[in-house]
Amino acid sequence: MNPDPSLLAEFGTAEQLLNAIVRARTAGYRRIEAYAPFAVQGLDEALDLPASRLPRWMLMFGILGGVSAFLLQAYLAAVDYPLNAGGRPYFSWPSFTVLTFEFTVLEAAFAGFFGMLALNGLPRPYHPIFDAADFDRASQDRFFLLLDSGDPAFEPASTRHFLDSLNPVAVTEIGRESG
Amino acid sequence: MIRNTKPRSDESPESETVLHPDQDYASISREISEIVLRPASRKWWLGFCLSGLGVLLFIVAAGYLFSAGIGIWGINTTVVWGFAIINYVWWIGIGNAGTLISAMLYLTRQPWRTSINRFAEAMTIFAASIAGLFPILHLGRPELFYWLAPYPSTMGVWPQFRSPLVWDMFAIGTYIIVSVLFWYTGLLPDLATLRDRARSRVAQLIYGAFALGWRGSAAHWKHYEKAYVILAALAVPLVVSVHSVVGYDFATALMPGWRSTIFAPYFVVGAMFSGFAMVIVITITLRAAFKLHVFVTLRHLDAMAKILLAASLIMGYAYGMEAFMAWYGTDADEWRQTVITATGPYASAYWGMLFCNVVVPQLCWSARIRRSIPALLLIAVLVNVGMWLERYVIVVNILSQGLMPSQFRLYFPTVWDWATMLGSFALFLWFFFLFVRFVPMVPMHEVRKLAHELGERL
Repeated sequence: MNPDPSLLAEFGTAEQLLNAIVRARTAGYRRIEAYAPFAVQGLDEALDLPASRLPRWMLMFGILGGVSAFLLQAYLAAVDYPLNAGGRPYFSWPSFTVLTFEFTVLEAAFAGFFGMLALNGLPRPYHPIFDAADFDRASQDRFFLLLDSGDPAFEPASTRHFLDSLNPVAVTEIGRESG
Repeated sequence: MIRNTKPRSDESPESETVLHPDQDYASISREISEIVLRPASRKWWLGFCLSGLGVLLFIVAAGYLFSAGIGIWGINTTVVWGFAIINYVWWIGIGNAGTLISAMLYLTRQPWRTSINRFAEAMTIFAASIAGLFPILHLGRPELFYWLAPYPSTMGVWPQFRSPLVWDMFAIGTYIIVSVLFWYTGLLPDLATLRDRARSRVAQLIYGAFALGWRGSAAHWKHYEKAYVILAALAVPLVVSVHSVVGYDFATALMPGWRSTIFAPYFVVGAMFSGFAMVIVITITLRAAFKLHVFVTLRHLDAMAKILLAASLIMGYAYGMEAFMAWYGTDADEWRQTVITATGPYASAYWGMLFCNVVVPQLCWSARIRRSIPALLLIAVLVNVGMWLERYVIVVNILSQGLMPSQFRLYFPTVWDWATMLGSFALFLWFFFLFVRFVPMVPMHEVRKLAHELGERL
């Protein structure tokens, strides 16, 4: 466990944050986290985040929902409880398509919502970063760059000097994220 | 840096700003969250209590219905679907539009969507939930509504999956659930803002709990945006399916005037039409009540009025086609039904519908009227009246003159029909009072993003 606190730089604009990320990556930092009050265009590219797995999950669950809804209807209406409705065949698949569609959407939406929470590690009521001074403005009007002290390039004095050179509103120390 | 652009002189009103140029990130967060965080005004309490009285009326009407049965309504053996089904279709139509508007405009990157999507989605959830109550109220044995769900019962029977009524239950259930997920996903970052701005401990805890620990990190936003855009893409066909299925409820019957292939698309457009009208009513009301003029500009109303006009033209085409096909086709009953509709006991409802839905919205061709708030409000209210009349014509008028002349009967709503209907209006209002009190009615993070994008363009 590295005892050094991580450093959090606060910026006034999205451009400053993006610029700071590029500078930090050029300086060799890799354990970088950025916080913004809205989805800043280009933030994930700047941080080189891996592609989200969410679309694949949603597709998988959508297909699963559709297939299971279709099979369930086919089994119930044609095998388990065959009901003669106006002489139509028991396996009248066109009338099963509506529920197949509904369950495709439903399962995909569940996968999207709960998958988004799972990938983000939410719900998580407490996080060390909430203790940082001014961090309540990360959800309002300020942009934050976190350099993790677990980064090999992290060196308390020089990192602080580096952050100060980026012209931030403030630089604060926070306890190291535990996981 | 984040001051946004003023309208450029060389462009049409299209380039007019969708956000007042003086807004920056801090003022957006402050103005919208203060509406929720400051103590409730006296007017809010008044409105909340008055609509609460209406909710009591709804509860009394439903309670009496449950104890006495559906005989308290004006329905009879010919007109078996009365106000309950009219209101059901009317509410689900309104409920269809919010998510559709929000999702469709998001996918097509319309910047003016940002300020209206949150309350449009709230409208959807409330209206669809109220709509869902009506078929259950109408069941006669409402306590058995769960028989529609496929579960392994000791009776050994299963729902009839070829029936549009079963499809309906699943379509509406799915729609409400997906709309809530879509709404809550978009709400998460704003709940975090409220958590961070709340002054009282109780508010901090409650908003903190609902924000689920949202931190706004780059990874959060990345997954959030993926989830949101795909949910939007799923919501659009879902909306189409929901009201199509409502159309099938009618179209798969044998009743002349109902068994028509036009019903599904015609119902979907009608839903969008009435929903947009309701969004205009709500937008104008909230804008005036909460002084949202910097977030909701005339540009928003102008854009919505144009969509209303386009939908009205499609509705006019559908009404015309319905009559034309009845005349052109070979089914004598279809034509008889059409003539009775236009000249019979319910003719005033039919012509009123045409006036409200087709004639009145033509005023929106004029840019002056699209930008006049009283005129637009009146048009939107009339469209909602017209759409209610449309369902009245479809349900009551058609059923009253079916296939058996000896069974032709008229329908007279009773006081309990009216009480249930007025009660449902009050329930909707009551939900809305709660919504504006506890939830930021404009998505703050999206407006910040908009301010950022507008600033860049400068």
